[in-house]
Amino acid sequence: MRHIISVLLENEAGALSRVVGLFSQRGFNIESLTVAPTEDATLSRMTVVTSCDADEVEQITKQLHKLIDVLKVCDLADSGHVEREIMLIKIRANTRDLRDEIKSMADIFKGTIVDLTPDLYTVQIIGTSEDIDNFLTAVANVAEIVEVIRSGVCGISRGERSLRP
Amino acid sequence: MEMLSGAQMVVRTLEDMNVDKLFGYPGGAVLHIYDALLESSKIKHILARHEQAAVHMADGYARSTGKVGCVLVTSGPGATNTITGIATAYMDSIPLVVLTGQVVSSLIGQDAFQEVDMVGISRPVVKHSFLCKKATDIPEYIRKAFYIASTGRPGPVVVDIPKDVQNPQLKFPYESLPLSSISMRSYNPTLVGHKGQIKRAVRMIAESRRPVFYLGGGVIASNASEKVTAFAKKFRIPVTTTLMALGAYPGTDELSLGMLGMHGNYAANMAMHNSDLIIALGARFDDRVTNNVAKFCPNAKIIHVDIDPSSISKCVQVDIPIVGNVDTVVDQMNDAVKELGIEQDREAMDRWWEVINGFKAEHPLTYKGDGTPGLIHPGKIIQEIYRVTKGEALMVTDVGQHQMFSALYYPLNKPRKFLSSGGLGTMGYGFPAAIGAKIACPEDEVVCITGDGSFQMNLQELAVCLQYSIPVKVVILNNRSLGMVKQWQMMFYQGRQSESYMDAVPDFVKLAEAYSQVGLRVEKEEELGDVLEKAFAIKDKTVVIDIKTDPDSRVYPMQIGGGSMADMFINKTERT
Repeated sequence: MRHIISVLLENEAGALSRVVGLFSQRGFNIESLTVAPTEDATLSRMTVVTSCDADEVEQITKQLHKLIDVLKVCDLADSGHVEREIMLIKIRANTRDLRDEIKSMADIFKGTIVDLTPDLYTVQIIGTSEDIDNFLTAVANVAEIVEVIRSGVCGISRGERSLRP
Repeated sequence: MEMLSGAQMVVRTLEDMNVDKLFGYPGGAVLHIYDALLESSKIKHILARHEQAAVHMADGYARSTGKVGCVLVTSGPGATNTITGIATAYMDSIPLVVLTGQVVSSLIGQDAFQEVDMVGISRPVVKHSFLCKKATDIPEYIRKAFYIASTGRPGPVVVDIPKDVQNPQLKFPYESLPLSSISMRSYNPTLVGHKGQIKRAVRMIAESRRPVFYLGGGVIASNASEKVTAFAKKFRIPVTTTLMALGAYPGTDELSLGMLGMHGNYAANMAMHNSDLIIALGARFDDRVTNNVAKFCPNAKIIHVDIDPSSISKCVQVDIPIVGNVDTVVDQMNDAVKELGIEQDREAMDRWWEVINGFKAEHPLTYKGDGTPGLIHPGKIIQEIYRVTKGEALMVTDVGQHQMFSALYYPLNKPRKFLSSGGLGTMGYGFPAAIGAKIACPEDEVVCITGDGSFQMNLQELAVCLQYSIPVKVVILNNRSLGMVKQWQMMFYQGRQSESYMDAVPDFVKLAEAYSQVGLRVEKEEELGDVLEKAFAIKDKTVVIDIKTDPDSRVYPMQIGGGSMADMFINKTERT
């Protein structure tokens, strides 16, 4: 099962390497990982997406919590949450038909064209990982994908629940 | 306010943390600190002969006293040499603070002389680590290191200090602060158990018909031995201990079943397997205890008390998890017993003890019939040492057959009297750890039980015994083999002894003499008692006793791999 683990940790040198090291050391997989400082510059917020069973995710959260730098850990997939990922995708668009087609697909997915050359469109898509997968599949059917970069998931729980120090 | 350099702050902070012994080895990146150390009258430095041994010494000091062991070494090879020692302490949850020098800040990342990324290389085997980027970090990080090492589940902490940060020319204001001044928003170990869970646990204990205590190193780490002992006696619950917990419950007491696990007592493993309730205190269901977890104690409910939440339900799913300090939780359990007016079914306990006494009678612990007639059996040696030391020695072991014979045939009645590398299984641990324990506990009779293999991994530390006049007893169970490796080869590799035979064992008696210590040799069983008496009468020097033992002896009982706790080889010919 897919889990979205949200971690609040000290924004200190080495904190990220401890988290990454923990995953490799204990044989846990990481599908994606995003990290950046919060509104409080001494704290970072991290989102880790992993696929595993219930026992394993329990170990992952416990082991994360055991790290001295970590303040709070929760599995967002346990309850209501919002998740978003951003993708920048460079697509070969060297005919008028292709350009029209890609533009209309981008519109359907509420994407924006953020760069263009006579031959290339770069499209930005924001959505759930599933939305992004769907856009990728749709584009791949009609045009050549030159390059893809995805941010990985960042997530937040719905309503009153929050991860604060 | 007092003005101190970085190097002076290191020394002063260690003094503030009540460090009285510092184990280490100087080198380029810690010269400033070593220079400042000359001015300290409170800290005695012990110069090891290898950095790994320095860490084991600090580990022996920590295990025998419960205090934090402290180490100071240089960068690069000095730092990498400590890794095995740090990993040993990490696996057994031993509080250490290891200070390592680092190249000057501007050279970090340049592959400078004696540079190694110590924070990175030690990361998987430390509880936490710090890199001091400026001199004023030093007091804060060292205090936090002591706080982290000694609280919650104890463990080793590394503090890496670049040479420029130690600069004796630059002085900064220094304020003395005690350990109690430390608080960290991201680190607050849970000490008190959940009240509801404790009530459930106490009811479950009262309702159980076949309970057993499974004690681990956490009982010793939290200094809870007396309370746990009183609780077990009150309910007459049988007690089995892991290797790490030997002495946490009196080994000669009638409720004690001795050690459990791979080489555990038959009765201990059978009691576990046939129990209906396991009360695990500060133990972690290690694979050397459980055997195959799928077949682990099929009818038992499990109460698991541990200060580390990640230890709970890691290997075996438990019924009542309680996160907390064993000492505190046992107090809470006593309170709950009173509050709930718990009454135990005494008759059920009588029937359970009949069953257990049956196990004891069925296969009592013995080495009779094992090995070669006429040659000295290791079990016999441990029993003789027990007799000569009246069971009161501080036993330190290396790793291998001799370790298991010590655990089985030397029942300990007090905690912190049996030091052994349990989790990592580090050959070479014993001798330096014994030196550290003797330095910490000079009144104790410290005995290092080792093998010809293990002793040769750190025998250079004889120089420390010479330099500081540290009198320990080193008993070498010399079978000219790597006994445990050989045992496995005989049992599971059709007797093909690949590299387990040492064709060139040195003269250990002459070796001891080369370091101005005493060497004694035993070749026949009839000499054994007399030579041991003679050895233990020597109080001012280290005595190395080289005892020629039977190379064909094996450690039994031994769990059968892949089976349950009740599946054991009883001896060479019998199995369950």
